[in-house]
Amino acid sequence: MAKVKQDIQEPDRLVFDLKQDIDYRNKTWKGLSVELIEEISRKKQEPDWMREIRLRSLEIYKSKPMPQWGPDLSDLDVNEIITYIDPDFKKQNSWDEVPEEIKEIFTALGIPKAEQESLAGVGAQFDSEIVYQNMRNELAKQGVIYMDMETALQEYEDIIREHFMKLVPPEDHKFAALHGAVWSGGSFVYVPEGVQVDIPLQSYFRLNAPGAGQFEHTLIIVEKGASLQFIEGCSAPKYSVNNLHAGCVELYVREGARLRYSTIENWSKNMYNLNTKRVLVEKDGLIEWISGSFGSRVSMLYPMSILKGEGARAEFTGISFASKNQTLDTGAKILHAAPGTTSTINSRSIAKDGGKVFYRGLVKVLPEAVNSKASVSCESLMLDSQSRSDTVPVIDIRNDQVDFGHEAKVGRISEEAIYYLMSRGISEEEARALIVRGFVEPIAKEFPLEYAVELNNLLKIELEGTIG
Amino acid sequence: MGENLLEIKNLRATVEGKEILKGINLKVNKGEIHVIMGPNGAGKSTLANVIMGDPTYEITGGEITFQGESINELEVDKRARKGIFLSFQYPEEIPGISVENFLRTAKAAVTGEEQGIFQFRKLLLEKMAMLDMKEEYAGRYLNHGFSGGEKKKNEILQMAMLEPVLAILDETDSGLDIDAIRIVTEGIRKIASEENSFLIITHYNRILDYLDADYVHILMYGRIVKSGDISLAKEIEESGFIALEEVRNG
Repeated sequence: MAKVKQDIQEPDRLVFDLKQDIDYRNKTWKGLSVELIEEISRKKQEPDWMREIRLRSLEIYKSKPMPQWGPDLSDLDVNEIITYIDPDFKKQNSWDEVPEEIKEIFTALGIPKAEQESLAGVGAQFDSEIVYQNMRNELAKQGVIYMDMETALQEYEDIIREHFMKLVPPEDHKFAALHGAVWSGGSFVYVPEGVQVDIPLQSYFRLNAPGAGQFEHTLIIVEKGASLQFIEGCSAPKYSVNNLHAGCVELYVREGARLRYSTIENWSKNMYNLNTKRVLVEKDGLIEWISGSFGSRVSMLYPMSILKGEGARAEFTGISFASKNQTLDTGAKILHAAPGTTSTINSRSIAKDGGKVFYRGLVKVLPEAVNSKASVSCESLMLDSQSRSDTVPVIDIRNDQVDFGHEAKVGRISEEAIYYLMSRGISEEEARALIVRGFVEPIAKEFPLEYAVELNNLLKIELEGTIG
Repeated sequence: MGENLLEIKNLRATVEGKEILKGINLKVNKGEIHVIMGPNGAGKSTLANVIMGDPTYEITGGEITFQGESINELEVDKRARKGIFLSFQYPEEIPGISVENFLRTAKAAVTGEEQGIFQFRKLLLEKMAMLDMKEEYAGRYLNHGFSGGEKKKNEILQMAMLEPVLAILDETDSGLDIDAIRIVTEGIRKIASEENSFLIITHYNRILDYLDADYVHILMYGRIVKSGDISLAKEIEESGFIALEEVRNG
């Protein structure tokens, strides 16, 4: 896939922290109830089957306990979360028509500029609804569809019905069920057979309201021999109350198709980011996950790749950086379900100022997946003695014709290395930054070029003030 | 005799409460090459690291004066910026940072001037050629997966690039074959001038065949027990350090 130089301006945290004072009175619904769900479904003029998915999901949500493994979620009270915000505005396909106060935020995030210069299409979600969506004409002419999920549900009901929450059913876990009940917004992308989308599409999710949840649904289908790059960006201003993000991403990579799905997540540090992502890859298809986790108070994120067709491949490249009061529990799951499938997981985690990073992953190779290859490399680096890190890579191989490699390392930043660099005139702060940059370098170079600058900036922001 | 560069007076230093340096006195003037020899565990590396400012060691007495100022309390990076350089006996491996990027950062830090990419690269390739290093080293991660000899050469490359006023070489010659020693010492000779000084710590006097040392000091039991000219090194070669025991006792 072509790498396109892209300029996503994310200069500093100040931009993310911009908040718009929007009057949310009489426009929000807190918590969960059958009435709320009926109301959302009615407002969105959904078909009956969708309303039924929502109601069934609500039942499942109520019946499932909070997950007892992983990070502490006891501070998260879903009944206190605003699950739906009724927008005053309609989706636009010209920035000029987007309400001024919302446009300001996306302009500060550099989205319209990046769209002009280097993206094939942009979707922008503000709280519960997509406020802007546009795609280049030539792609539309080739049959590429890129629209918000609500419109897709009206215009392509059959496709949505066939795929919606089939990879991630509401029964999967409590937050998948919550998502099924109150989902709103998100993007639908369809790339027809043989069409190559060389310039990335981007969806940007912005949660502005305090104490709110964002539950967008992303559904992407890349047909036989087609290719797509999709970028997802997330941010929110900081509030003193908890916010919740329980999005869901379902991806279908058909025979010989390729999809690169990139995320740089920079939620504010009061966010519970409990996101579910899954892909089904058919014969000779390729999924590339690129994942950068910097924000949120708690993240639980383990994108899963199901390698269903012979020769299907998955590559996961991830960086997590946890600072004070953050717990990032991230990783990747791969299911090898056909012969000759290949997977690579490459993860680097960093913790500082008492932050916690955990790598949690699973590679499962089924008996029929002979002649498969899997490799897992997960390393973590703690920058001080208050920070914590661990890796839990679970490997479950059910046949003996598998080529498997595994490397896991947990370590603290070496004082000897800092001394060595300082003996060359480099300050302590810069020495630490160099070591961290070196630590993520093998991963960072796998990141698309357009992310390299952004990643560097984020690392720089995160490392500032590392010296107490 | 050149003007004084380094003066160490009655220096004492401990590591984890154990005293290693027990009163070192040493004077190095500009333009001089000093050699420090001594048996294992004598405190040679400790002396080198204490001059550099390794926070692992604690100075418990005495004073280190560099260019007329006490540097006892000065941080490592500030000493480096004053022109002190240590070629490490066991250089650290820093994965993910290329030799070139590292050196450009270091050069900018030491000189206080931004280093233009192209100009810097030209200088780097020049110095690498001088040390008979292949160009590809510039792109390799710093010391990562380097052989012992490659690491030592890399230290000398750093010295050549940073142009220190005082270069301390901690057993840079050990682990090197004769060819490598010749290249390294040639490098030192090319850098040496009336304006800088060398403190060369060595176990063997092989390196002395290629360098014109002005002084040889014998360090034993945390003290300099004898100083002299190059003939002292020959003496050690013939009779070993044991013969100096009586010097210490007498």
